[in-house]
Amino acid sequence: MAKLKTVEELKKIRQAALDQLDLRSTAESEDKVLVRVGMATCGIASGARTTMKAILDEIAKQGLANVSVTQTGCIGYCAQEPVVEVISKGMPSVLYGKVDENRGREIVIEHIKNGRLLQNAIINKSFENVE
Amino acid sequence: MSNFRMHLLVCGGTGCTASDSLKLVKMLKESIKKHEITNEVEVVVTGCFGFCEKGPILKVYPDNVFYITVKPEDAEEIITEHVIKGRKVERLLYVEPNTKKRLEGQKSIPFYKKQIRIALRNCGFINPEDINEYIAADGYQALAKCLTEMSPDEVIDTVVQSGLRGRGGGGYPTGLKWKYTRQNQSDEKYIICNADEGDPGAFMDRSILEGDPHSVLEAMAIAGYAIGAQYGYIYIRAEYPLAINRLEIAIKQARKLGLLGEDIFSTGFNFDIGLRYGAGAFVCGEETALIHSVEGKRGEPSSKPPFPAQRGVWDKPSCVNNVETFANIPPIFLKGPAWFKSIGTEKSPGTKVFALAGKVNNVGLVEVPMGITLREVIYDIGGGIKNNKKFKAVQTGGPSGGCITKENLDIPIDYESLNSIGSMMGSGGMIVMDEDNCMVDIAKFYLEFTKDESCGKCTPCRIGNTRMLEILEKITKGNGTEQDLKDLVELGDVIKDTSLCGLGQTSPNPVLSTLHYFQDEYLAHVKDKHCPAGVCQALFSFHILPDKCVGCTACARICPAHCIEGERKIVHVIDQSRCIKCSACYNTCKFNAIEKG
Repeated sequence: MAKLKTVEELKKIRQAALDQLDLRSTAESEDKVLVRVGMATCGIASGARTTMKAILDEIAKQGLANVSVTQTGCIGYCAQEPVVEVISKGMPSVLYGKVDENRGREIVIEHIKNGRLLQNAIINKSFENVE
Repeated sequence: MSNFRMHLLVCGGTGCTASDSLKLVKMLKESIKKHEITNEVEVVVTGCFGFCEKGPILKVYPDNVFYITVKPEDAEEIITEHVIKGRKVERLLYVEPNTKKRLEGQKSIPFYKKQIRIALRNCGFINPEDINEYIAADGYQALAKCLTEMSPDEVIDTVVQSGLRGRGGGGYPTGLKWKYTRQNQSDEKYIICNADEGDPGAFMDRSILEGDPHSVLEAMAIAGYAIGAQYGYIYIRAEYPLAINRLEIAIKQARKLGLLGEDIFSTGFNFDIGLRYGAGAFVCGEETALIHSVEGKRGEPSSKPPFPAQRGVWDKPSCVNNVETFANIPPIFLKGPAWFKSIGTEKSPGTKVFALAGKVNNVGLVEVPMGITLREVIYDIGGGIKNNKKFKAVQTGGPSGGCITKENLDIPIDYESLNSIGSMMGSGGMIVMDEDNCMVDIAKFYLEFTKDESCGKCTPCRIGNTRMLEILEKITKGNGTEQDLKDLVELGDVIKDTSLCGLGQTSPNPVLSTLHYFQDEYLAHVKDKHCPAGVCQALFSFHILPDKCVGCTACARICPAHCIEGERKIVHVIDQSRCIKCSACYNTCKFNAIEKG
């Protein structure tokens, strides 16, 4: 790495390194969009891993910040696997079924970026956890 | 840049490393490789999370799950269950002691709730061996701002306005120190970072250097610009190998990027940093002794004036600041002095890092806003006293400080309040004591330390501390008199008045403060020849209570001196002449039949 000559160059390094830390600072943020991919045995068997990678890839492509992608265990809706849940502040959590690679990308672009739900893929609009 | 979907942060501080966290890292990496997810998951070794009691700590991002006491053999389960299938490993979560509920997030744990992290902001968040992560966390932005937008006087003014005071213990305003050093004209000046952390039980500075070394380097460069110095020394004890190693890596990386060296940010400002190793002498934390040691001379203090700001290293104006003080500098420039002043109290703004130790449930490193009470630190953050014992005292300020009793637990923590009750802020050691601690023994412990660490230059300190220790030994052996207590006070006052440096001026404090607050305990030792806490071996004995003893023979079997006699189902008796007071019988008896007194 060459020596920095200007503050702009420092900012460039910061920008490049920010993605790395973004994953951590987003996790701490309270108004993040949380995407949960069901990754139990049935989910993995129906291709949840490919779906998850596609979602991550699309988020990076669209340059979206403040989105946290995590995985969760069996949601119980095995017939609809892979299942993806999207939780964003001020909106009810949305559960999408049969999310393949393409639908995963669609969720990122339509739901997360444009704020439009994918009506045809929703399983249950008001999916809530019972403590 | 990276496509990792998950980060596993493992604490690489000294505490967690000692409980095998590096082996855990190795096992995690092996398991990740085995399951072919190396391009999905990254393992990051970080600095201290502070929750040393429950180490090793592993934090999973983005799930924000905080695992405690993780062992190397847990690695496989974490990878197969959490990382691959998204199922949290419940048994490794923190259990809230009152509700018995398992808590996931770091911030929900009571230990972290009342903390505000400024100096420790990056500890446990970034990889200390990667300058890019520090830069991503706004690193070196403050230096850039100072060099390109501010004059040295403006830099100093900002620090003065923030009200930041020296975190090494003295509490001298940092901005003024910089100002005086700037005012002294010279062709060469030096910035010195005092990393000679010597208080028993204190590890604030070590953790900052291990977890976020760049913040100290950046602040030193800012200070260099402010006072007109081109070179800085970090004086660090050689017994901190991990901190030294991380500093060396950090300095190398900063030089490579031109953040240290010549013509930083093309502003014409040159600054570089070198390490100087101390051999672990306590007195070298005193700034004049430290300066002599940096020069390669014997670590002895000299009288002030001249102050280091006038004549320091190589007789040039020098400014000595503590590690934690430096770690506070970059955020002050990024967020502004008003922000800093809004935290803490009016006279002591900001936060203070304490190394919480002793008989408290959550031993660890905590950073709290000034003005918080000792009760909040000990009970809310520290989780109260171990094994539900009774709180007796808390010692702050290390060998220079004093004991604080339960009457003063609600006093807000700041420089003035602690001084007013006979203790001091010190560098941040905080040792909690319970009913099983003998205050005479505690005073003796600290005095043994300072007696050994006295450099010998001043007679009152060299000989006076030795004599005081002899008196304390006499008292703990049961040969003390009331006159001895008077002698201790008189001797202590003389040592304080006539010693040259801070070591001698404060070394009698632990004795004087315990004498003041626990006079009855001293009197019990000299008048009744009894140690109420049962610590001083000559002043207590064990007895078997005949009505409680069932004759189970457990005590007789465990006694290493074979001095307990008795048959099965017959009351046992201790032969006092042969008892070595090891407490083995006392700890073994299930029927509370053995009395200590």
